[in-house]
Amino acid sequence: MAQNAEQGLAVPGAGGLRGGLRRARGLSDRAITVLFIAPSVLLLLAINIFPLIWTVYLSFTNYRANQPGREIKWIGTRNYERLLGSEDVWGYLQATANFVVWTMLIQVLLGLGLALLINRNFRGAPFWTTIILIPMMLSPAVVGTFWTYLYQPQTGIFSYIINMFASVGPIDMIGSVHLAPWAIVIVDTWMWTPYIMLLCLAGLRSIPDYLYEAAEVDRANALQTFWYITLPRILPFLMLAVLFRGIENFKMFDMVVELTSGGPGSTTELASINLKREAFEKWRTGFASAFAVILFVTVFGLGNIYVKALNRVKQ
Amino acid sequence: MSVAAYSVGEASPRQKLLAGVLVVAYALVTMIPLVWIVLTGFKSPPASISYPPQVLFEPTLEGYVNLFTTRSRQTPEYIESLGPAETWYDALVRERNMVITGKSRFAGRYMNSVIIGFGSTFLAVFLGTLAAYAFSRFKVPLKDDLMFFILSTRMMPPVAVAIPIYLMYRELGLSDTHLGMILLYTAVNLSLSVWLLKGFVDEIPREYEEAAVVDGYTRFQAFVKVVLPQMRAGIAATAIFCLIFAWNEYAFALLLTSGTAQTAPPFIPIIIGEGGLDWPAVAAGTTLFLVPVVVFTVLLRKQLLRGITFGAVRR
Amino acid sequence: MKAVGFAAIAAALCAGTALPAIAQDKEITLCWAAWDPANALVELSKDFTAQSGVKMNFEFVPWTSFADRMLNELNSGGKLCDLMIGDSQWIGGGATYGHYVKLNDFFDAEGISMDDFLPAAVDAYSAWPKGSDNYYALPAMGDAVGWVYRKDWFEKPEIQAAFKEEYGRDLAPPKTWDELLEVGKFFQGREIDGETRYGAAIYTERGSEGITMGVTNALYPYGFKYENEPGSYDMEGAVNSPEAVKGLEVYKALYECCTPPGHSDAYMTEDLDAYKSGQTALQMNFFAFFPGIAKDPEVGGETSGFFVNPSANQAASVLGGQGISVVAYSDNKPEALEYIKWFAQPEVQQKWWALGGYAVHNAVVEDPNFPESTPFAAQFLEAMSNVKDFWQEPIYAELLQAMQKRVHDYVVADQGTAQEALDKLIEDWTISFEDDGKL
Repeated sequence: MAQNAEQGLAVPGAGGLRGGLRRARGLSDRAITVLFIAPSVLLLLAINIFPLIWTVYLSFTNYRANQPGREIKWIGTRNYERLLGSEDVWGYLQATANFVVWTMLIQVLLGLGLALLINRNFRGAPFWTTIILIPMMLSPAVVGTFWTYLYQPQTGIFSYIINMFASVGPIDMIGSVHLAPWAIVIVDTWMWTPYIMLLCLAGLRSIPDYLYEAAEVDRANALQTFWYITLPRILPFLMLAVLFRGIENFKMFDMVVELTSGGPGSTTELASINLKREAFEKWRTGFASAFAVILFVTVFGLGNIYVKALNRVKQ
Repeated sequence: MSVAAYSVGEASPRQKLLAGVLVVAYALVTMIPLVWIVLTGFKSPPASISYPPQVLFEPTLEGYVNLFTTRSRQTPEYIESLGPAETWYDALVRERNMVITGKSRFAGRYMNSVIIGFGSTFLAVFLGTLAAYAFSRFKVPLKDDLMFFILSTRMMPPVAVAIPIYLMYRELGLSDTHLGMILLYTAVNLSLSVWLLKGFVDEIPREYEEAAVVDGYTRFQAFVKVVLPQMRAGIAATAIFCLIFAWNEYAFALLLTSGTAQTAPPFIPIIIGEGGLDWPAVAAGTTLFLVPVVVFTVLLRKQLLRGITFGAVRR
Repeated sequence: MKAVGFAAIAAALCAGTALPAIAQDKEITLCWAAWDPANALVELSKDFTAQSGVKMNFEFVPWTSFADRMLNELNSGGKLCDLMIGDSQWIGGGATYGHYVKLNDFFDAEGISMDDFLPAAVDAYSAWPKGSDNYYALPAMGDAVGWVYRKDWFEKPEIQAAFKEEYGRDLAPPKTWDELLEVGKFFQGREIDGETRYGAAIYTERGSEGITMGVTNALYPYGFKYENEPGSYDMEGAVNSPEAVKGLEVYKALYECCTPPGHSDAYMTEDLDAYKSGQTALQMNFFAFFPGIAKDPEVGGETSGFFVNPSANQAASVLGGQGISVVAYSDNKPEALEYIKWFAQPEVQQKWWALGGYAVHNAVVEDPNFPESTPFAAQFLEAMSNVKDFWQEPIYAELLQAMQKRVHDYVVADQGTAQEALDKLIEDWTISFEDDGKL
């Protein structure tokens, strides 16, 4: 493929105006550009864009991937109507929204707090910072698996430690309808607070000293300094962190599926988990494709709105 | 990373102490789950599900032996008839009236993780380096759109992407192959590698290449002989980030691989012993799986911020 | 010359079992769930390798991911498995979508007769459509859900006395669901040998098929039916009949009163763990595990007893078990067929039972000594005489997922009423059948 591109496209570049102006030795800039970018773009076209278009097409059909011989029928927007009219689907989206909002809220508070503390530069801060960072680099599926072990109501360490402080008896984090949504929020917080913390630290370190000195001259108190100097400066960083993590959590699949597999009932059935059921257990490929498109449009739409807000904050 | 002087004035020793205590406390709490998992790997199966959880226990390698072998239960008479155990692990297993019947699939799955991880990382970094260079140095039509297009591929939920990929791979015979997984992970990692590496190239002054070109190098030679060596550190960091992603990935591996190309993350959660999950073996597998990532995290700590924000935040 | 002579003898031996076409270095892979009987099958298959020279590989997947993994494998036309011991519900899809090789001609040619197997098993594991004589599998392993109880606790005089005082009757393995609830309540939270014990370990798993396989143990005896008329897909009044509602409520009552803490996502292995570690007095599980339980160092021997699923309005048990099929995408079909031929022999079937596999060949189950051969053989036959299975439709997985959700939402997550759960289930199933062109 790359060679074709070279032969096909390099010629006009080399013979063109630019090629004439430069000492036309070797490949022209244009040829290099094409040659260097084409493979990536082609791969992405083949593995991302073409499948995406296919998904959009399938979302208007009754296709089932487990019935190869079946005629693919165009059914218009029926899949979409069904999805948007389904109480269950709204329930999954709601569960996802709850998960995203709570994880972001808690992690922003914790992460910001930690960053402010670390920024005091006590002795050993870099070492402890590295320790805190470890959870976010781990495999979410493996994390989910071993947290099921930690969450065992009788034999697990989570319940045991809580009971050291308050005797409430075995805590069934995964089995209880009320606790399970928090169980996944806790694990996500454990994993990803460091992410927010790291970005807040970067924000804090971008604040030049003279601003604080000026504040001191103006006799601002600590709260005022934080509110008028620190916060506005780290807000873009914080929002960027929330953007990245928010998208990831909206897509959340691996950690939660291993931890609760959507249960009890459907209390932790996040959108991606249900999508997997529709696509790879029920094999309603057309329907699942419509669901995928809806999720994708949602991420993109919300992401774009958010980025606009982010840009305003930056200014 | 010399950032010491930026904080609010300079914190008083007491403030520093308080901050230090709080951060260390958080770090220690964060470490409990990981330490617990590592310890569980050295417990015997009964000790791993004892109530209350055992903090002090007699360490054994049973978990690791179970991780790498398959065993069957036999009568004491039968085991007697086999004669004395030949190896320490035979002896260990026989204490539980079991006999080792063969190797488990863990080693193979782990190797798959290595092959697919390194294969996709190499490709993603190779393609990414080329594209990043072109994006950084040359006029690319629709540059911003292309860059965004590359990034957007990362916004889709993996389960949604998996639907058409599944259909496509089925047609192409790429299901459950190493090549298929390598291509897929390459495509997903390309966004990260292009964005990150473009940042690194941007930081290399153009003057170096210009000078080289003046000295008679072609553009391509200048890229290879001048720019690439300067990118070494950036390429290494990018490679590690790509590797960690491929290493940790679960959804695609779960849905698109089976007996041949399955990686470790979908395998670890289903290591069962007699009865339920064999927790010491799961913990042992988890430990072996997480160790490389922890090592890389420590090595990478200075580049971490850049990696996790796709190069958006550079320091 | 000696070597030649040996080869000639080997060839002659092979001819005796008619294995001429098979190369000595062939390997085939058999796929099944990872559980006790699978280990027994590995043991049994050594004989096949010894006779045929075909090396056997095994791919065993834990139950909770078994259907997911293997149906995915079949749907992607994978060549991983040459032989598939697929679950009973897969037969519809396996036949309709062409994953399984149709075996009628092979059976005829090799003189394998389905009349030699338990009729319930043939109907459940081999035939599609139901009741026809198109065969896509050989019954490999009969199975149903039964119950295990702590015989040693049941026999303690102080416990017997306490039970009699509370319920006015002797403590015995329950025969009805009402009795089951009583026994469960009785043991729940009771101190025995200095430890707190619980009533029963039951199926509540959400992800694959667990809670459906559990709840139907109550639904079937109370009178739940899938259709008013078999084949009509007419579900109103059958799926949500007052009897079915009652059965669902009883299962929820059992879950709420009598299970150990954290039992909200339990299937076979979790039940085994809970029972073996001495947490519960009762355990619901497939017969497949009973040989292992009887041999277990902790709860084996005289410690455990076995009983058939209790009845309510009628006697019924949940079907488990699998047939063995040749995968249509396999490159090694001759060897795979050879394996099935070997497996169907009465002697092999007898050894299969002896090793802990539930053979359903008449040579095994009609043996007069069979009911006495193990403490659960008679119960097994009784259960197999009234088994019911989930839908075996090609779209069964979709139907199953709907039931998993509706039932788990009600029983474990405590949402809505039993009536609502079953009503919604009919809605889900109606949509699925409409999509599939059945309605």
